[in-house]
Formats: sequence, structure tokens, C-alpha cells
Amino acid sequence: MKRPRGRRETQSLILAVVVVFLLVLLGILTKGRLLAPDSLQSIAFQLPLLGILTLAQMTPMLTGGIDLSIIATANLCGVVAAIAMTRGNVPPLGAMVFGLAMALSFGVFKGLLIAWVSVPAIIATLGFMIFIRGVSLVLTKGYVIAGFPGSFLFLGNGTLFGIPMPFVVFFLCAVFLFVLLARTRFGTYVYLLGSNPVATLFAGVNNGLVLFATYLLSSFLAGVAGLVMIARFNAAQADYGEYYLLLTVLACVLGGVDPAGGFGRIPGVVVSIAVLQVVATGFNLLGLSSHLASALWGLILLGVIAINRMIGGVET
Amino acid sequence: MALLGRIARSTEVYLVGVLLVLSVVLFLLNPKFATLENIFDVLRNNSFLGIVALGELVVLISGGIDVSFTAIATVAQYVMGVLITRYAIESVFLAFLIPIPIGIALGAFNAFLVNRTRVHPVIITISNLNVFYGLLMVISKGKWIYGFPAPFRDFARLKVLTLVSEKGVDYGLSIFTVVWFLVAVVTWLVLRYLPIGRKVYALGGNSEAARRAGFDIFRIQLFVYCYIGFLSGLAGFVHAELNQMIQPNAIVGRELDVLAAAILGGASVFGGAGSPLGVVLGVLFIAFIKNGLILMKASAYWHQVIMGFIIVLAATLSAYQQNLERKRRKGV
Amino acid sequence: MSGETPVLRLAHITKRYGGVVALRDVEFSVLPGEVHGLVGENGSGKSTLVKIATGVVQPEEGEIFIEGQKISRLTPYLAFKRGIHVVHQDLSLFPNLSVAENIFAHEYIERHRSFVAWKDMERRALEVLGRLGVELDPQEIVGRLSFADQQLVAICRAIASSAKLIILDEPTSSLTFREVQRLFGFIWELKAQGIAFVFISHRLDEVLEISDVVTVLRDGVKVGTFPKGELTKAKLSFLMTGKEITTESLVADLPETREILRVERLTRRGEYADVSFTLHQGEILGLIGPRGSGRTEVALTIFGLRPPDSGKIFLEGREVVFRSNRDAIRHGIGYVPENRLLQGLVLDQPVADNIAVTILNELVSRSGFLHPARKIAVAERAIRDFGIKAPAADAPVRSLSGGNQQKVVLSRWILTAPKILILDTPTHGVDVAAKESIYEMALGLARDRGIGILFISDEEHEVLKVCHRILVMREGRIVREYRPSEVTEEALRQEIVG
Repeated sequence: MKRPRGRRETQSLILAVVVVFLLVLLGILTKGRLLAPDSLQSIAFQLPLLGILTLAQMTPMLTGGIDLSIIATANLCGVVAAIAMTRGNVPPLGAMVFGLAMALSFGVFKGLLIAWVSVPAIIATLGFMIFIRGVSLVLTKGYVIAGFPGSFLFLGNGTLFGIPMPFVVFFLCAVFLFVLLARTRFGTYVYLLGSNPVATLFAGVNNGLVLFATYLLSSFLAGVAGLVMIARFNAAQADYGEYYLLLTVLACVLGGVDPAGGFGRIPGVVVSIAVLQVVATGFNLLGLSSHLASALWGLILLGVIAINRMIGGVET
Repeated sequence: MALLGRIARSTEVYLVGVLLVLSVVLFLLNPKFATLENIFDVLRNNSFLGIVALGELVVLISGGIDVSFTAIATVAQYVMGVLITRYAIESVFLAFLIPIPIGIALGAFNAFLVNRTRVHPVIITISNLNVFYGLLMVISKGKWIYGFPAPFRDFARLKVLTLVSEKGVDYGLSIFTVVWFLVAVVTWLVLRYLPIGRKVYALGGNSEAARRAGFDIFRIQLFVYCYIGFLSGLAGFVHAELNQMIQPNAIVGRELDVLAAAILGGASVFGGAGSPLGVVLGVLFIAFIKNGLILMKASAYWHQVIMGFIIVLAATLSAYQQNLERKRRKGV
Repeated sequence: MSGETPVLRLAHITKRYGGVVALRDVEFSVLPGEVHGLVGENGSGKSTLVKIATGVVQPEEGEIFIEGQKISRLTPYLAFKRGIHVVHQDLSLFPNLSVAENIFAHEYIERHRSFVAWKDMERRALEVLGRLGVELDPQEIVGRLSFADQQLVAICRAIASSAKLIILDEPTSSLTFREVQRLFGFIWELKAQGIAFVFISHRLDEVLEISDVVTVLRDGVKVGTFPKGELTKAKLSFLMTGKEITTESLVADLPETREILRVERLTRRGEYADVSFTLHQGEILGLIGPRGSGRTEVALTIFGLRPPDSGKIFLEGREVVFRSNRDAIRHGIGYVPENRLLQGLVLDQPVADNIAVTILNELVSRSGFLHPARKIAVAERAIRDFGIKAPAADAPVRSLSGGNQQKVVLSRWILTAPKILILDTPTHGVDVAAKESIYEMALGLARDRGIGILFISDEEHEVLKVCHRILVMREGRIVREYRPSEVTEEALRQEIVG
């Protein structure tokens, strides 16, 4: 018996149509420059930052929560690694480990509070965001730390078989998260818990452990994003990219993640990241300011939602 | 007896207690904290935060959320700024009337989308934040506005209750603080004595029951989002007056400060709970801590660390307390 | 009371949903001051009838009369204004508002008052509560009240808006025995004041106790309306399902087997006290008593979710202490929860995940990966083995009927190869055919796999049919033990009621 098409499949279809429409429109407006090799290269370099951060946001949202501290964590990881490399003369690999370890330690506390003390994720991660940002500020005293060894900068600016390194890292993260969510027990637990934590408790799932791991995961991926970021810019600072936070939520939702939890797959989210980035690059090529771009993003999201309403319609 | 029990359990009492302890600690660390001059100053500087937090409270109670209010405040104050400088408007009262309808209109836009699309208000208001702010920046090109006509400077200095300090400087309770507290009182009256206020609580408590009972959901949503829109406009005016200039990127980014104050003050992210008194206390809590850090000449960077730590601590204690209460009642 | 104008009359009502006929030519009237029972299996059309009576849906054919006046198009608001009220199972109250506010919430729409008059509202609330002879603090926040008290508030809400007919939808499923009696007291009191009731319940004893007349629906058709005196529980059940319910025991005598579970003097303050019993391999032990008697609480303790204040638990002779239900599961205990929708199932997720969730550890490959195909394979096998009717293994479990949903929960535990299975009112809200199927499953598990089953129920005929031994619980204690052959249904019921 054929399963009737659900609301979510309809939404994915609509997303696909919108993507094609936007690409065509932008392609025309930019007179084809959007698809030129150097545009694509630029996209491939810029997309990974938004991409890895969005991946970091994905698992908390799948459990019905949110992680407001991912940007702050990314910055902190970058700052710690930067200080290790510049002032501590630690080799890049060691510095990266330090940075990630720092990100994970905060992740441990975050996870503990959300998983076992039941502090609502929004407020716990809000507090951590401010706290972590503060720690970064104390470490950097507001300055930008720059000047990393060339071997490290490769991570941000080099290419592997013609593919930019950041993109390789993003790809690896996406594959990693895909396997985790679709091919492990943890993944199954995440979706079930996001949909009904009471039932999973009764079924013997260790809810606390799953939530704890979720926020460890988001902290880890945020840390990775931070490393890619500082490698690309050859600079680390305490509060870069705060506007990215809302974008990660947007990218997740656009990609099919239900903020209430339980739904959303990697392919959809990856497509959504790509769409947002292509649109951003398109805007760039058209010479639009970043502000106009963000306004347009808002309108696009609202537009997609409105279309969904009109076509998809009723809740099943 | 039951009343006493209810009072003992309330968040507000807990907050007052914490605030008192905090004040004592801050006083011991730096006696200057407890001077009237300092307190008046703190109240003045936080009136913007205080006013929008009250608007956010109303939205949270209804079960919704609004993160676009910073953009609304910015747009409202910017339009006002352009008009008063370009047309040399001398009347502060006239200027004050400009941001209000703008705030209400943008709030109505939020309400309309939240209701028609049935999408979570977080998504809608995030999008609108981008739209409002982005368009404003494009049109204004980020230009600052300053050089307000003199009456505006005079208005900003208005005080209720003037005293003279040892150094011969005038100080007193700022008019903006009065405005803030007036807004708090009005909000309290609306929430407690007007049917629409009770419907806001009802919607937040059980939206399905509200629907079944025949409440006009759209009208309630329209009210809450327009209310915060109205207060955002008002707060935009206050902000412009406090700084005597308008910097378009000054307000946006502080959404979470307001959320933190509201939540510390007892508003629940799930809706149905919260009081104006609690939010005022929450704002005072954050304000006192920031002030304490300044008086102790703590480096600006430590501000964030302490703030974040306090929020996490407060949230943890609150969650712990709720856990105990839940375990006391039956249920897993 | 014949010759009076009915408060509500539905005449020749037919309702179709697409191709399905939910109600066919149904006639339904309620007289003033009458308590009218409405019974029928899931899918018999009860809820459709209620929706039509309250204006939520419109019938394709038929007419509606309220107090003799024909209503051409009934809307929820109109029904409300004319005095037709519903108290849903979930009560539809505002948990964050006070008792008084909940009672008068409708005034926020109707009266267009400028200000909320708190003192006046609280005084009037006390008046309404007084009509039922109850004392509740009108300022108390409803969310803090017990379910029974909340239900009382919901009824007061109906009275306060001049209800002429109050429809009670499954009002007793969350009430203890005492609370049910209290509710009946209210109904009798209000009945004397002229208010009519429609009492919808699957608890046939209660329906017979409280109703003046009972209407039976089956497959969208009215089987008949009968005065109380003409009905017995058996007859009612027969009318509802077309099948006789037998209390013939289905179990053979149990040979002497090993003890697998023994509890000694389990006590948990406020829930149960001094509970002791033994469960043997292959035995089905019934635990019967009304809700609130401690039966679910004891089960949750054995399952590791609620540690006891004192007492001991022995598994196969060895004492165990569980710190969480995960411990209990590891020791071979499974639990099919009372509240299937909230505690048992993740409704929006696939059947496969709901079934496989307890045994994911066994489905991983050597490298630690879990391929979705394995979950599906396990689920498909369970679907075949246990006769679960599902569109596909990856369909959301929400799309299954109640009985099949219950089988999903059961199969997830069976797959863990448990030694002990606790079934907490497993046939609640399940249609007759599926009930039989579940009995068969339980019997099979005990007989063929030697699983010890603790069968919790509040239906006497069920435990008499399926259990080897029966324990009666009342107010937190075990008061009596029976073998099915030793006791009749009547006697059993008497023992439960006390």
C-alpha cells in the first residue's frame, strides 16, 4: 500500500521549487556570473562556516531544544587556539586540541544542566553564550589575535584536489552527523526523544545521556567551526559573527527541522545551507549590501512559509 | 493561610530576597553603590531595557515570543530622528507621538504573520527582525542622527525630585525612570483588571481551551504584539533621548538581555506565567550587577562573564526548585 | 417523565466522512433532569454524535431541536448559549488561572465588562460551588488541584453559564473510587435541580449505576435506548459488540513452577503499604482495583521508576534494588504503561522505531552502526508475528488503531525476552477483537515462554478470564487473593468496592 504523502514531503517539494526559482532568477540578474567558476569557488569557501555552525545547531533542535551559545563557543575555541599558537608557540595541531577541549569543557557543563537539572535549553544556552563570550573577551582583552603559522592557515585557505579545505571539513562534518543521526542508536534516540521524551523514558532510553551527548556534540561542532573560521581569516576575536546565530536557526528550519523536535534530516539541511549561501553570494554579486541581503532573507523565509501555508495547508 | 502559602512560593518574593542580598553585598564592596545618586543613575540608564522587557513579558505570557522589538525600536526612533532634525520640530510631545504608531504598526505585522501562518513566533519575529533592520540600514545607509533641537536636551535632563550632591551637581529621579515605572503600573493594571489581559494569560495557559472557549485568538495576538510594538516605539524615544543621538546599530543585538530579564523575573518560555513586578525586579537584578561591576572598576570584559554566570546560576536554581515541586506532586 | 419536551433532540442524523458513514439515521433525545448513558465501542460514532450535538460538525441529514425549537445550523457558540455543554476528558481548563476565573471564563467574551471584578467573581464562584456543597478556595490556581477537583471546576463552569445539558465524556477514567462516588453525588444533586446529563463511559458498571436510560451505538447505528431496569452489564456488552462476554477462564491450572518475583512489605507513603506477593514462571497474576488503589504505583516501583520507602524485591530469589527503570529492564522486566498515548508511544515517529527502541543494542553491526533496514526487518517480523495491522513499518504509529498501537507497545517488550511483563490496563480503549488478540498474546507468552505476567486491570471479567490468580487492591493494600474458580464476578466486584 502506498503511503500517503505527508505534510513534510510537500514542504520539501516546495523548497526544491523555490531553490530552482531563486537560482534561475539570480542567474539571470547576475547575467550568469553566479555560476561562474570563481563565484562557485567563493561559495565553496564561505558556505562551510555557516554550514558547520548550522550542523552544530541541528541536533539540539532535533531534541526540541536550541543552542544559543554555538557562536560564542566557536569564537572561544578559535581564541584559545590562537593564543596557544601565537603566545604559547604551540604547534597548530596541539593548539586545535586545546581549543576543542575548551569548547567541550563548556559543553560538559551545558549538557549537565540541560540534561539532568532540566534547565530549559533556551535559558541555559543563553547564559552560557554570555558567559563564554565574556571569557573570550577576558582572554583577548578586546583585541584581535592574528598571525598564525602557514600550516594552520591551510585549513582555511588551501585546497584539496581543487576543493577548498573549509568545504572538505564541512563535508566531513555533514557525513559524520549524517552517520550519527541515521546510522547509530544515538540517532534513533534523538528523534524519539525529540518527539516524546516521556515515552522514551518509559521505554528505557537514558534521556539524560542523550541530551548530554547532544550538547557535547553541538559544542564540538561549534569548536570545529571556530577553527575553520580563524584559519580562514587569519584572525581570532571574541565576538565575530553573532548574526550567524539566527541564520543557523533559519537554515535548520528551512531545511525541514521542526523546532518542536523529532524531525529533520541532513540532506534537507545541507540543501538549505547551500540555498542561503548561494543567495548570499548572488546578493554580493549584485552589489547588495549585507543589510539588504538579510532583509531579503527574512522575506524569502516568510515567502516560503506563506507558500507552504497556501499549498500544503492543513496539519495531518 | 492559603494566601501566605501562595506568597511564600512566588518568584517575586524570591527575587526581592535575592535583590536585597545583592544590594548588601554590593554596598559592602563599594559604599558608593548605595548612594541615591548612583541608584537614580542606574534606574535612568536601564529604563529602556525596563520598558521593552515589560512588553516582552506580555508576549511571553501569551505563549509567544518576540525578538524583533530591537529592530522595531530602531526603526521607530530613526524615523522620529529624521523628522525632528529635518523639520526642526521643537515640540518634544509631538516627537514623542511619532514612534508610537510605527511600533504598533510593525507589531501588527508580526501578529498578522504569526496568526495566519501558524509558524512559531520565534521564526516569524527573527525573519521580521532581519527585514525591518535590514531595510532600515539600506535606506538610512547607517547614518547617525544627532544635533537634536534644544528642547530635547532639556527634556532629557528633566527630573522628578531634585537634590544637590556634595559636588554641587544636580541629580534626581529621572523622568525616564518615572515613565518606566508608569509603564509597569499600566501593564500590571491591564494584565490584572482588563479582560484582554486575562485572556492573554488564558491563551498562554491552554491555547486549545482558549480556542474551544471561543476566544478570538487573533485579537489576543494582535494585542500582545502591538503592545510590545507600542512599548518598543516608546522605548526607542527614551533611548534616543538618553543618548541624545540615534545610532542605528545601537539597539539591535540586545534581544537576549531583555529575554534574560523577563525570564529571570518569572516569565516562562512556555507561557501562562509572569508578572510586571517580577520583570521589574529582573531588570533591576541585571542592572545592579552591571552597576556593581562598574563601581568595582572591574574590566568591561568581566561584565559578560559575571552576567552569564549569574544567569546560569539563577536558571539552575529555578529549574532545581521546579524539579522539587514536580517531584512532590505525583508523576514520574 | 414522558410527555416533556426534550432538552436536546437529534432526529434522523446521518453523518458521512468521505466514504465512511459515521452515523446512520440516529435518533437521540435527552429529557430535562435525565441522566442519559451513551455507550459504544471505539468507532461506534459516540464522539461524532457529541460533535454534532455541540455544533462542531454539521450532519448531512437530520435535524436538531433544542428545547423543542428547531435549530437550522448549530454552531459551538449557539450550542453554548442554548445551554448545551461538554466536559471533555482533558477538561479544557486554564491551569494557570484561578478556580473563580475558570468558572467564569466565558464572561470575558460575553459580558463586555470594562474591568475584572475580582471580589465579585470570587463571591459568585463560592455560590456555584455551594450549589454542589463543595468548599474550594476560589483563588486557588487550578493547576495545583487534583484531577477530581479540576473536573469539579469544569462542571461548575458549565453550571455558571446556565447549562441545561452537560455532556460528560469519559469522566471517570482518572478518578479513584471515592472520587467517582463524589462525582455521582454532584450529578444527582444537579439532576434534582433540573439539569440533564449525557454520561459517556466504557465503564459499564458506572453507566448502569448513574444513568436513567442508556443508548447503545454500534458501527454508527443506534441499537436502542433502554431504561436502566432492563439492562445488565452482560446484556449491555452484548448490545455493544454483538458478542457475549464470557468469564470462562481461558487458563489451565498452573503446575508448580519457580518463583521469579517476590515482593515483601513494599511501602510508599501516600501510595501503597505493606504489599507482598509472589509471581511464578509462566503465571498470569491479576492485580485489580480502582485507579488510586495503588496498583499502578506498585507496578512503577517494580519497574524501577519509583523507589519504595521500605520493603524488598526479590528476582529469582535474589534481592534487587533498582535505581532506575533501566536497571529493571536489564534484569528482564518490561512494562506496558497505563497511558498508551503519552507514556507508551512516540506517535509521530515510525512504527519500526517504536518497536525496536528497546532492543537497538542488539541490532547494531559489529562496527557499532545501526542500519535502518534492521529496524524495519525487526518491526516487520513483529507485525507478522503479532498480527499488527499497519500500513507500513515506517508509517507513523499515530496512523494505527488503538488496539494495534497497543500491540506495538507489547511487541517492543516481548522482543527484550523479558522474564517478567507488567501489563497496566492493556485493553483500555481497545476494541473487542483486539482485546481478544491481546488476551491470546498474554496467554501465549506465559504458556510458551514462561514469562511471569502481572496483569493490572479494572475489569472483573477480564481478570477472571485471563489470570491464574487474582489480587484485589484497595486503598493501597492487598486485601484478598482469589483463584478465578473460587469467585464470581459479582463477588469480586463487591470485594473491590469494599
